[in-house]
Amino acid sequence: MDWGSIFELSIRELIGVQAIVFALAAIGINIQFGYTGLLNFGQAAFAAVGGYGVAVIVTTYEMSFWLGIVVAIGAAVVLALLLGVPTLRLRADYLAIVTIAASEIVRLVGRSAWGRDVFGGSDGITGFSDTFYDLNPFTEPLEFGPFEFRERILWVMAVGWGLVALCTLMVWLLMRSPWGRVLKAIREDEDAVRSLGKNVYGYKMQSLVMGGVIGALAGIVYSLFQGAMQPDVYATNFTFFAYAILILGGAATVFGPVLGAAIVWFAFQFIDLTLRAAITNEYIPDWLMNQNDTGAVRFMLTGVVLVLLLVFRPQGILGDRREIALDAR
Amino acid sequence: MPDDTMGGLSVRRERALAALADVPREPGAKKADPILVADDVKRQFGGLLAVDVDHVEIQRGSITALIGPNGAGKTTFFNLLTGFDRANNGSWSFNGRSLHGTPPYRVARIGMVRTFQLTKALSKLTVIENMRLGATGQRGESFWRAMFPALWRSQEDDITERAEDLLRRFKLDTKRDDFAGSLSGGQRKLLEMARALMVQPELVMLDEPMAGVNPALTESLLEHVKDLREQGMTVLFVEHDMDMVRDIADWVIVMGQGKILAEGPPEAVMSDHKVIDAYLGAHHDQSLAELEEQLEGGALAEEVAAELGQEGAAADDEAPTAKADTTPPGTTEDEAPTTTEGDGAQTADVTAEAAGAARNNGDDKGGR
Repeated sequence: MDWGSIFELSIRELIGVQAIVFALAAIGINIQFGYTGLLNFGQAAFAAVGGYGVAVIVTTYEMSFWLGIVVAIGAAVVLALLLGVPTLRLRADYLAIVTIAASEIVRLVGRSAWGRDVFGGSDGITGFSDTFYDLNPFTEPLEFGPFEFRERILWVMAVGWGLVALCTLMVWLLMRSPWGRVLKAIREDEDAVRSLGKNVYGYKMQSLVMGGVIGALAGIVYSLFQGAMQPDVYATNFTFFAYAILILGGAATVFGPVLGAAIVWFAFQFIDLTLRAAITNEYIPDWLMNQNDTGAVRFMLTGVVLVLLLVFRPQGILGDRREIALDAR
Repeated sequence: MPDDTMGGLSVRRERALAALADVPREPGAKKADPILVADDVKRQFGGLLAVDVDHVEIQRGSITALIGPNGAGKTTFFNLLTGFDRANNGSWSFNGRSLHGTPPYRVARIGMVRTFQLTKALSKLTVIENMRLGATGQRGESFWRAMFPALWRSQEDDITERAEDLLRRFKLDTKRDDFAGSLSGGQRKLLEMARALMVQPELVMLDEPMAGVNPALTESLLEHVKDLREQGMTVLFVEHDMDMVRDIADWVIVMGQGKILAEGPPEAVMSDHKVIDAYLGAHHDQSLAELEEQLEGGALAEEVAAELGQEGAAADDEAPTAKADTTPPGTTEDEAPTTTEGDGAQTADVTAEAAGAARNNGDDKGGR
């Protein structure tokens, strides 16, 4: 087995675009769910709205890329307000139901036949990323030890990790401030926070909007990387991957979402390549599984790892065990 | 404020008692200087009229107890006044400012802060963070300013200092950096009260401050409540523990079936026949309307006497007040000393006894 190549390809995923996208999505969920206790099961919708914002403005309406970015973020804010206004006064479960429905609505409207002229139907939209790649300062591939990155992906990674760093910095600053304290208190007991003179509804809305905007950034980065905006990328499993990543890394921790995303995508690739190599070298007999099964088996193994993690380390990799112990009281 | 606390502990109490001395002992009595006035407040849950208060005033600077059997509507009334529940009807004002339809956070900001029957400590925040949260008008609580610590650091230091001061007073300073969730039930009650004080309220509303509190802590909690009055705050509290009510309340308001049944100083109220009816009525699972009919028909006197007789307790000659005071809290009905001596003796005992039973219920709620 060629361990060198397996590790090389796996480490590429560790810092790759998938990890960036899901780190951003999970950072958003971390603000909403980890710190504020809001169950947003519609992060995919925010990412989709972000991707569509750029794609529709640039390709469909042939307007500026930068306007597209503004519209993408604005649309995420509007979506958060739309979801939040009716539900944030109610119990937490209502937001969960509404957001999961909204995420499917966004996807289905995007791929619908009647919206084809604007959203491109199930094929999605292409041809909106030229401005982004025109800005690419990298003119030649970067070689770093065994790794070689092409100009295009270098640019996406630079911007993507830049955004991850910026969002993480914001979360770090916010969560050690009185603003973050109010959010954490709302997660614990919102009536207590109301009784102390805080406008709980306003804070929940701010949290939902901020998490949603970061989710939209995830969608923007991913569609620019792909050069295409395809609605089916943003199905509900997008949201639940992000949740798994957040819980693995540690909810309500600053670096949890980033660490979780890197580990999950590393593990996916590593398990996949190891299985393939083992099958090729006949360490795994043919009657047990063949090359075509690896895609499914890696999910199964990842699932097992997640279950073991929740049993033995429910607080996630970076979480504080004492906090979880309080729940058991 | 400091000169008053230095001038002797009872100054404020005497002032409160003096202000209440001439107030008629009847439901809805007018007070000399009310901080809170409520008129015609109604709250209906389906067919049940949970709160139906015609008029009530709370005297500024006093400790007022709100008592009544379980289900009398005390907590619902609290929720209505503080905006946590919406009234079907009525108006109420705090310092002359109407509060109808005001959301809870605004009610707190204008100086009317409540605690909860089921203590709401914020478990995964440390004790000091719980306290800091209570301070109002924090610059760092705005989203954009929060990201620049320079803008709120100095205010945060002041808040922390004030919080530490309060923690010392409430003897929680050793727990400063522990998670609030790791505190005992009584400590959580203390923390909740201390946290409410961080808001710097004028009126503190305590919903069963003693429920679920270890007897060893009750004494210090009592002192803290008295201390609030000494610092110029007004206290309104719901309580089932009659010993506590007798000990610290300047004025008692009795609720039953959503209505204000009686008002007056503790001793007067506890011998009021309406109050006993309310508690016994709850005991017998009878409606107040029936009881009132019976009372008018003169049937109730025999019933009360008959029930006391059944309980088979020994008669003795002690004075009513002394007896009531020696009745241990939480005494079961069978053990409660009863007497057939005079009316006063009977009533005092009945009240204490019913209160004991009711308080046990309250404890259950608190422990849940």
